[in-house]
Amino acid sequence: MTCWETVQAYAFRSLGYGEKMLPRSDFDLCQQFTLIGSGLIWNVYFGVIALAFGFFLATALALAKASHSRWLRKPAEWFIFVFRGSPLFIQFFIAYSALVMLPRGGIDILGIHLNTSWMTSAWAGAAFVLFLNTSAYAAEIFYGALMSVPKGDLEAADAYGLSGWSRFRRIQWPTMLRLAWPAYTNEAIFLFHATTLVFFSGFPAFQQRGDALYYANYFADKTFNPFVPYPIVAFYFILLTFALIGLFGLVNKRLNRHLPSNTRSRIRLRPQLIR
Amino acid sequence: MFSSCADPKSLEGFSWLICYLTSGKHIDFYWSFLTVLILLVVTAPTALAFGFGGAVAARSHFLPLRWFGKIYTAMVRGVPDIVFFLFFVIALDQGIEWMKHQIVCPDWTEPVRQGLEFRVCPQAKVPLGTSPQIWHQLYGFALAVFTFAIVFGAFAANVLYGAMNAVPRAQLETAESYGMSHGQVFRRILVPQMWTYALPGLSNLWMILIKATPLLFLLGVKDIVYWARELGSAKTQAYAYPHPDWRLWYFLFLLVAYLCMTRVSEIVLKKLAARLNHGQATAAGEAMRRAAQ
Repeated sequence: MTCWETVQAYAFRSLGYGEKMLPRSDFDLCQQFTLIGSGLIWNVYFGVIALAFGFFLATALALAKASHSRWLRKPAEWFIFVFRGSPLFIQFFIAYSALVMLPRGGIDILGIHLNTSWMTSAWAGAAFVLFLNTSAYAAEIFYGALMSVPKGDLEAADAYGLSGWSRFRRIQWPTMLRLAWPAYTNEAIFLFHATTLVFFSGFPAFQQRGDALYYANYFADKTFNPFVPYPIVAFYFILLTFALIGLFGLVNKRLNRHLPSNTRSRIRLRPQLIR
Repeated sequence: MFSSCADPKSLEGFSWLICYLTSGKHIDFYWSFLTVLILLVVTAPTALAFGFGGAVAARSHFLPLRWFGKIYTAMVRGVPDIVFFLFFVIALDQGIEWMKHQIVCPDWTEPVRQGLEFRVCPQAKVPLGTSPQIWHQLYGFALAVFTFAIVFGAFAANVLYGAMNAVPRAQLETAESYGMSHGQVFRRILVPQMWTYALPGLSNLWMILIKATPLLFLLGVKDIVYWARELGSAKTQAYAYPHPDWRLWYFLFLLVAYLCMTRVSEIVLKKLAARLNHGQATAAGEAMRRAAQ
């Protein structure tokens, strides 16, 4: 098989398209690059879903944590504490063993039939856990940023008669995002790194449609040679990290566009937020 | 453990639970917490030492050494740590066996890599195939600790490198003007002062290390996650204590255990930070001085 044929056969293998059988012997570099890259689609999917939904929950949680009402503040604090204080690995296991306990046939609530079987598959269950997890981490970052919004900005908002939603929308939220963005970039990077844990989370890979680490592990097991597949995973993740830094850097530029160039915050990669 | 537990099938309710929770396997489960604690206690100083070495190397004036330090600190940034865990355990294992193979059996003619297999001579196996089970377990644990130390050492090197650069330049210049040599400035001024800058990062790292301990399970060590899965899975009537799938409860127990560990660490580290910030010319130290007035 030429390399191009391999790419055609396996590029979307992780989604269930193309060749059914994984290669069993005569492994070459091209196969490994293609299949691991194909698995990377899942890692990107998990990361994007969790970040996209997590952003809104994180904002809500940060506001709840900053709220004066005990009934809002306490649940938010506990949510953040539980998800930040425990290993993601354990959270995956708990979610999986809780989700398999749901009745197989589905649940009937008020005459509506809810199908539950899809929840135990990785694309839903693992994505849900990652969503909650990143929400907790990002909420802590946003809360910290919310607390560092300059007092003068809030007083100015008061002077202009802005309050409630419009004050949040026009004053607090943009500044919060601007202050939080470098840390949030790190969180995003480490969230993408954390998606590799899905492979070990107990959520099964249906018909060998796994993530990048699934295929890397497959090759390492078959060839007894860790020196090829794992560096390939590493290579892909470095590319992914650069792409993320570039993307988040663009947003950062936009958030900081009103500031003089010497006071803008730059994104620096700091390993502070892995799980 | 208790004499009343001799016939578990006849027990009911609370006494059944007591007997169940003190069965031999559960005692193993409780001991495995010690495995995790040993890992933490051994890894933390080792990783700190690796990190210190990495940070010093990254600051070195000798170019290859500086490159080595920079690469070491940079390697954990772009790549998921789990990939390193999987990679290093196999790579170290094969590397050690290969080196021993070169020493022990120099006249072994067959290639070590035969197609898909990695085959060294039987005398070069680590540990030897004939050695008792405990050595295999200890060797696995040692490999795991070393892997943790390499990966977390890289994180620590990042933190310490930043902390060394954060020590005010004036402090070092003053020391130099007193005629101290490079080594003396490093030992007497830089290292004692950097800890207050390093502590936030190192505390964070400690939390991450605690939360990374379940990964021991992936490295083949019988740790708490292994036992929780083992004990929690459904047991049929063939077992002394039959029960349905209880893994959820075991994992919830682990969750609570981890939350306790991180909470206690948080409190201790806060106290330590207050101690280190005392009298320092930093924002935190200034806040403490104001509060004391």
